[in-house]
Amino acid sequence: MTDSTTYRRARRWHILVFLAPALLVYTVLMVLPLAETLRLSLYTETEQVRSFVGFANFTVLFGDPRWAQTFWNALGNNVQFFLIHMAVQNPVGIALAALLSVPRLRGRSAYRTTIFMPTMLSFVVIGFIWKLILSPLWGVAPSLLAAIGLKSLFGPWLGQEHTALIAISLVSVWQFIGIPMMLIYAALLSIPDEVIEAAECDGVSGLAQFWKIKLPLILPAIGLISILTFVANFNAFDLIYVSQGALAGPNFATDILGTFLYRTFFGHQLQLGDQHMGATIATVMFLIILSVVAFYLLVIHRRMRRYQF
Amino acid sequence: MPRQNFRTAILGSTALAIGVLLSSAAFAEDVTLTIESWRNDDLPIWQDKIIPAFEAANPGIKVVFSPTAPTEYNAALNTKLDAGTAGDLITCRPFDASLELFKKGHLTAVNDVPGMDTFSPVAKSAWSTDDGASTFCVPMASVIHGFIYNKDAFEKVGVAVPKTEEEFFAALDKIKAEGSYVPMAMGTADQWEAATMGYQNIGPNYWHGEDGRKALIEGKEKLTDADWVAPYQVLKRWADYLGDGFKAQTYPDSQNMFALGRAAIYPAGSWDISVFNTQAEFKMGAFYPPVKGAGDTCYISDHADIAMGANAKSAHPEETKKFLAWLTSADFADIYANSLPGFFSLSSHEVKLQDPLAQEFVNWRSTCKQTIRSTYQILSRGTPNLENETWGASANVINGAETPEAAAKRLQDGLDSWYKPGQ
Repeated sequence: MTDSTTYRRARRWHILVFLAPALLVYTVLMVLPLAETLRLSLYTETEQVRSFVGFANFTVLFGDPRWAQTFWNALGNNVQFFLIHMAVQNPVGIALAALLSVPRLRGRSAYRTTIFMPTMLSFVVIGFIWKLILSPLWGVAPSLLAAIGLKSLFGPWLGQEHTALIAISLVSVWQFIGIPMMLIYAALLSIPDEVIEAAECDGVSGLAQFWKIKLPLILPAIGLISILTFVANFNAFDLIYVSQGALAGPNFATDILGTFLYRTFFGHQLQLGDQHMGATIATVMFLIILSVVAFYLLVIHRRMRRYQF
Repeated sequence: MPRQNFRTAILGSTALAIGVLLSSAAFAEDVTLTIESWRNDDLPIWQDKIIPAFEAANPGIKVVFSPTAPTEYNAALNTKLDAGTAGDLITCRPFDASLELFKKGHLTAVNDVPGMDTFSPVAKSAWSTDDGASTFCVPMASVIHGFIYNKDAFEKVGVAVPKTEEEFFAALDKIKAEGSYVPMAMGTADQWEAATMGYQNIGPNYWHGEDGRKALIEGKEKLTDADWVAPYQVLKRWADYLGDGFKAQTYPDSQNMFALGRAAIYPAGSWDISVFNTQAEFKMGAFYPPVKGAGDTCYISDHADIAMGANAKSAHPEETKKFLAWLTSADFADIYANSLPGFFSLSSHEVKLQDPLAQEFVNWRSTCKQTIRSTYQILSRGTPNLENETWGASANVINGAETPEAAAKRLQDGLDSWYKPGQ
């Protein structure tokens, strides 16, 4: 009897055993903190007593004109930050990858390494280097521009409201350009030679070959990069904190959700930290990222055509 | 041998042995106290001068100074205190940040620390409860605002030290026209620089120091009153005299600009003195914020800035208290004020300063009336926080992004949204 039940009920325990370590680590390090953050956002604290307030924190965030104004400003800046990445980082990354995959190119690995280098540097280093380069007092940017007679074009870009966000975004693009380049480069290399040869037999070569053959084949990779960029941009914080401070000056022109969250959660100078409002902002950020990623995965990603070789 | 005696003997010798062990442990193992601080610039002074002086006077206690970066200090300290991993001695920011720590039970009251009577009530006010009943940090030092100038530049251009606002701008005009120096070294990129070195520096002359500050807290004056808008109107005029690209100029940029002799006037906090003493290769002087009309009373910001309290969860409360008591001594006042020129002792001990520039600053205490920064007491308790808003407003006014009147109105509206005086 026992034999037959064991046989019937034989579960594949090894699956659970193999999954357990990853599941455990992931739960302890990711799921629990996330759940705790979501929970914190439903509470508030007065006179050291924590009490449940439901969605009151969210009402404050969207209802109170000051909170709402700061939030929408941060979200708007974040969207701009993302759009600049999409408009500059990804096309340039694809172009660089396309150039790198030209078989006749010499010193390919040197270019690849050089362009990828900034991605591996610390934000602190990047922020500091660019602050120095762009400094109106000691920077090389004004003297370089002066050398070619364009000094008049120079401005204190990181200090002007209308240029600061663009300048910071471009620094971030400069730093991360290596990632789309590498991913697209890998995707381009994985296109079988037969396909290219067939295209050449049909008389499709050069730029036309890129647009008509290669680009459709790397489209899934581009989609993946876009979503990675989105997640990274909406979680961004370090670069702005390092170069513009927690107040994300001038006049909050470079304030994005990450810096807004930091100021609220940890406090700043005389402003004391508010864990509960901070958790509320973190929850909203989480929902924004979740909904866009879900939309991408469920709607766009499924419709994308894939080619099997 | 009777059994009873034997047992007593064993008990006795065991007790003796334990006693010996305990006392030898106490001799062998020094108590180590850790200081939390944001003054990472001061690390060598604490390690080479202050701590050895204390340890020499108090054998058996070792002290470790462990600072965090100034901008991260408050956040890091709060996290450490909540987690129970903070050091024994906590360097206290003035007013609400520390008051909050006391209310949460992280700091102990220091009312009974011997020597607390060497501090005036004003000095203690920054670290006392609103009713003044409990003090929770031992005041260490204040900082004074004013202007440091390059004497060589003033001589070369031929301007005299300005006493009034009119003379001040005349001097700036003359330096600008002469052209070899940037008239004033200040930037707006860091925002606090504009608020602290600008607004809080010249402001007391316009809102009449303590009178205005208290009236603001009591609700008798508003930030939109002429006396409170005036400093912003003056700041707006500063923009013409700052260096190229001042909008992206940070505080270290300004310090370097002045220390390298490229600027003539530097709106200063007295803590800059020690930096300039080691870097500048020209003669320096200082003048207090110019007054509106000749002969007006001058007011200076003599801001209680730094104090030290005891972590309530410290494992060594007795030794911690001993250290705090030592902070009230004349010895400490002398070491601190002289090794950190620009941080002035708040105690009543007579301290002779060796640094002439620092002495110049401290002399103003007898000619001008003293006040503290207007935004620090009570008014930065809520959200929006008046101090942080003032940073933005001061930078905006100088950048031309906001008019003085609009900035003042925004600040007052923000304050009105949570602060109801007299309640």
